[in-house]
Amino acid sequence: MAGFRSTSGGVSARFSAAEAQLLRDLVAQIAELVGPDPAAAAGDEGPGGGGETPGTQAPGSPDDLAGMLGALDGPASPPDDPVLARLLPDAYRDDPEAAGDFRRYTEEGLRSEKAEAARQVLGTLPERGGRVRLSEEQGQVWARSLNDVRLALGVRLGITEDFEDQLAGIAADDPRQPYFRLYDWLTYLQESLVRALS
Amino acid sequence: MSVAPVEIERPETGQDTVADSPWVTIVWNDPVNLMSYVTYVFQRVFGYPKRKAERLMLDVHHKGRAVVSSGTRESMERDAQVLHGYGLWATVSHDR
Repeated sequence: MAGFRSTSGGVSARFSAAEAQLLRDLVAQIAELVGPDPAAAAGDEGPGGGGETPGTQAPGSPDDLAGMLGALDGPASPPDDPVLARLLPDAYRDDPEAAGDFRRYTEEGLRSEKAEAARQVLGTLPERGGRVRLSEEQGQVWARSLNDVRLALGVRLGITEDFEDQLAGIAADDPRQPYFRLYDWLTYLQESLVRALS
Repeated sequence: MSVAPVEIERPETGQDTVADSPWVTIVWNDPVNLMSYVTYVFQRVFGYPKRKAERLMLDVHHKGRAVVSSGTRESMERDAQVLHGYGLWATVSHDR
C-alpha cells in the first residue's frame, strides 16, 4: 500500500483485503482490551457510558495474533497489565494517592474514548479493503487509534528507541519477526497519516 | 524516577504567567510515539504554532521530557487527560 495522502476533504488510503482485515482485527482487540473494567462497575461514576466491544471480530484472524494484545486475561487491574498501564497511564508519577484519584475520575472516560475511536475505525474500514476516504476529523480519530495499536504492540514486543536495529537483528525464524514487521507497517501507516493531516 | 526537575527549560517568550503557576503538565519520552505525531498533537491540543510544537517535541525526545503547559492543577489534569487520549505519556506535577 502507498499509505495515506491528503485529499481536498481530508485524507485517503487504499487497503488490500488482507491489510484491512489485519488492521480491523488489531483495532477490535484494542476496543476489547480497553472495554469497561468489570471492577470499575463498583465505582461511583454510575454505570459507565459506552465501551461496548464491537461484535466485529475479523473472520479468520489467527489465534496467535489475538494472543499478542490480549495476552493477559483474568481480573487484571490496569497497572498489572503493562499494555493497559501504558494506554491508561498514571497522571502523577510520585503521588499514588493523587494518581488514584485522577484515575477514579478519568479512567472510565478514557477507556470509552479509546473504544469509540476503535469503533470509528472499524466503521470506516471495509472488511474487503479498498479506498478509504476520511474527513480530517476522522483522520485524527484514526491517528489516535493507530497509535493505541502501536503502543500496545510496542509494549508486547519490547520496542525500544533502536527499533531499526531490533528489526534488523531479529532472526527470520524468530516467532516475533512477523510482529516486528507488522509494527513497522503500522508505523509507516501512521507516519503517512500524520503527514497527510499536517 | 524522581519527578523533581533538575532544570526545566522555560519557554522563552510570552510566558510570564508561568512563574505564577505552580502546576505543570509534563510529557515523557517513549519509544513508540512518532516525532511527527507528537508535534501534531501539541499543535492540535494546545494550538501551538508548528515551531513551538516541534521544539517541545525535540525536548521530549532528547531530554526525556518537556513541560508542555502550566496553570491551575485542574487545567493541568484536563491537559493530561486529553494527552492520554492521544496516547502520550503525560503527568501532572508541581513546578519545582
